[in-house]
Amino acid sequence: MKPIQQVGIVGYGAYIPRYRIKAAEIARVWGVAGDRFPIDEKAVVGLDEDTITIAVEAAKYALRRARIDPCELGAVYVGTESKPYAVKPSGTVVAEAIGATPNVLTADYEFACKAGTEAFQTCIALASSGMVKYGMAVGVDTAQGRPGDELEYTAACGGAAFIFGLRSENTLALVEGTYSYVTDTSDFWRRDGEFYPCHAGRFTGDPAYFRQIKCAATGLMKELQLQPGDFDYAVFHQPNAKFPSSVAKDLGFSTEKIKPGLLSPVIGNTYAGSSPMGLAATLDSAKPGQRILMVSYGSGAGSDAFSFVVQNCVAEKRDLAPRVWGMVDRKKYIDYAVYARHRRKIQA
Amino acid sequence: MRKVAIVGVSCTKVGEHWETSLRDLFTQAGLKAMDDANTAKIDALYVGNMCADKAQEQGHLGALMADAIGLPGTPAVKVEAACASGGAAIHQGFTAVASGLYDTVMVGGVEKMTDLQTEEVSAALMMAENREYTGFTGITFVGLNALVERLYMETHQVKHEEIATFAVNDHKNAATNPYAQYPFPVSLETVMNSPLVADPLHLLECTGIGDGAAALVLCPAERAREFTDTPIQISASTIATSKLAMYERDDLLTFQATRKAAESAYKLAGIGPWDVDVLEVHDAFTIVGVLSMEALGYSERGKGARLAAEGQTAAGGRIPTNTLGGLKARGHPVGATGVYQVAELTWQLRGGAGKNQVSGAEVGMAQNVGGVDSTAVVHILRRTN
Amino acid sequence: MSVPRYWREIPQRHRLLGKKCVKCGRTFFPPRTVCSECGSRDLQDAKLSERGRVLTHTVIRSPPAEYERYAPYVVGIVELQDGVRVLSQIVDCDPDEVKTGMPVEATFRKVAEAGESGIIRYGFKFRPIIE
Repeated sequence: MKPIQQVGIVGYGAYIPRYRIKAAEIARVWGVAGDRFPIDEKAVVGLDEDTITIAVEAAKYALRRARIDPCELGAVYVGTESKPYAVKPSGTVVAEAIGATPNVLTADYEFACKAGTEAFQTCIALASSGMVKYGMAVGVDTAQGRPGDELEYTAACGGAAFIFGLRSENTLALVEGTYSYVTDTSDFWRRDGEFYPCHAGRFTGDPAYFRQIKCAATGLMKELQLQPGDFDYAVFHQPNAKFPSSVAKDLGFSTEKIKPGLLSPVIGNTYAGSSPMGLAATLDSAKPGQRILMVSYGSGAGSDAFSFVVQNCVAEKRDLAPRVWGMVDRKKYIDYAVYARHRRKIQA
Repeated sequence: MRKVAIVGVSCTKVGEHWETSLRDLFTQAGLKAMDDANTAKIDALYVGNMCADKAQEQGHLGALMADAIGLPGTPAVKVEAACASGGAAIHQGFTAVASGLYDTVMVGGVEKMTDLQTEEVSAALMMAENREYTGFTGITFVGLNALVERLYMETHQVKHEEIATFAVNDHKNAATNPYAQYPFPVSLETVMNSPLVADPLHLLECTGIGDGAAALVLCPAERAREFTDTPIQISASTIATSKLAMYERDDLLTFQATRKAAESAYKLAGIGPWDVDVLEVHDAFTIVGVLSMEALGYSERGKGARLAAEGQTAAGGRIPTNTLGGLKARGHPVGATGVYQVAELTWQLRGGAGKNQVSGAEVGMAQNVGGVDSTAVVHILRRTN
Repeated sequence: MSVPRYWREIPQRHRLLGKKCVKCGRTFFPPRTVCSECGSRDLQDAKLSERGRVLTHTVIRSPPAEYERYAPYVVGIVELQDGVRVLSQIVDCDPDEVKTGMPVEATFRKVAEAGESGIIRYGFKFRPIIE
């Protein structure tokens, strides 16, 4: 899919909460032997943080880089599966907090870990059509991991926001095109009213994650007539350390190309924040003219693929807000008991 | 303006009065004050209270208490100025008599904080502050005073122990006060080792939670001898306010409301600070005691803590302060405290303070504060011969 | 705190919106209707600076109702770069790491919740600066 008028990213921002718990600490509690875990450590929300507060932080950093007035935002979409309110869009709080209300479109998207990139596509379409001047898409989560389950090692907290607008000298990355691949595949889900999600074990691999990502990626590259070699970087959804490396290899992308955006080993799986944060981390170091492939994955299932070409103003804009890898280093370790308090598995 | 005298006083013990209701507590104090004044009738009633709206879900205390003391129909209103409600009620009663409008006026303060749980008390006390912005942060009233204590110590390079001596002084005096909430001495070490409530304030630097009621009967000075042989004149009754959100003030370390009220009071009474023989300051927290002494003119800025540390505020010192225990040890039933202070001064000036008597006391002064010095009420009393 | 009370001052709570006296230039937070300096009634909206320094602080260990789940937490007076002082929680650092003079920046956080089913009240807090 290519927009009729060219659209690009004018600003981006990401936020990682300060707290970390090591996978080894989680293993200790459950008596799990060995020292090989899906990730090393993951990011945990503070007591007073949630999906909305993380979204606002990321949004404000994106506005700093965009250098636009918040009231120029015509849309604020938040993609998440850990909304604080089942009914009341997180977008209303975010839009008000950043000063984008009242002339703004807002809603919350849900498509597991690809809810954020759903919002990307909507904003690209709205900007391209001229219906809005700028649209903001946020991918953010504070998803819960079931105690004792393998996903407890990886379910983490974080988010990133992207502002899209028509191509101008303010654009820091141009959207070449996007392609989605969606099927009814129940690899991971959460029924209404349930606190923790469920998953189908190894079924989450080949038929789910790998199939949708590969189909979306190849579909995009075919449409844009590009090869893996045409890309300098690739960002894939990162549920753990292994999957993104594996799918990169399968598709023909070297480890060097995914490295700047590979955050999961040190912050975990931030669900709807995952590939957006990977993209933000990549933009933090990419040079003008370089091409970035980004492919999200959302259980249920589907993938959104994008191709971005970095523009000239990225260098001056990236320093207007904190970089992702800098925030990775801002951390304080907590043990499982404190983690349980932070995640409200135990309450005062 | 007529001169006003205090002709009857009474206080209940400060403590946890589980079995006594708000109206019964007030009634006890009110009736005893009337008995002390040898009168069965009053022309008007002013009731000081801060938390009854929350603690007892009870408003309209003027009408309620007039009824409770057996005098329905009496002109009556509640007076509220946070922790200065008692003092403010006295001020209203004073102006009522001084103006000539009423002759015998009862002023009472009552508070029953133990009807609330501790965290609810915390929330109730925050009514003294700006709720939308100050209360919104989750700070407690103790916390606000803690901010001031830290800033004071860092700005003036004052040792915490010197400030904490105010609590030691209060407890020493309360030990021989039969109706004090905590009638026992505590050492400085005990105060400094008590748990931190809101750093740097320790638990024993802060008043406890208690119930109590106190009442006075006022009348025009020219009629005082009809009621008592030992009338005590109110030479000055003043009140001042300052910005409610304490952090907005230009000078965070001066109690401007106390200073203003005190300056007016000294002028009206024709005296200066060192003419006072016995003093009651509003040391809900030790640091408030320190800043109050400075604002009342007893020391320069930054040196107030020395007054306690050097023994000047002790019973035998240059300015005997809180001679019956003060807010820390006699107790602080919030809306009633201002009346307790004046009742205690009255006993001192009458020569009836027992083991705590300051000999030859002729002039007394009480300072009652609401919020972090957002309201200050000052009364100067004088023995009449 | 009822929904209307929280809602009507959201721009102030979320976006640090104060009031500036057109006549004498003094800025206020919380907002005022009348300038306490010069008495003028001509005051306009003014966005406060989001960076400042800690002037003094305390640690709340006995929190009021609805704030229990966050204790202990730090509350301090922050002097902003534009000279206005605000009262705010200081977060993202241990209580004993907070020092007078510490540079801090505004962050958007949960302040309290009206139980599990009531609304979430958000507001600004301050934290050590993320460079």
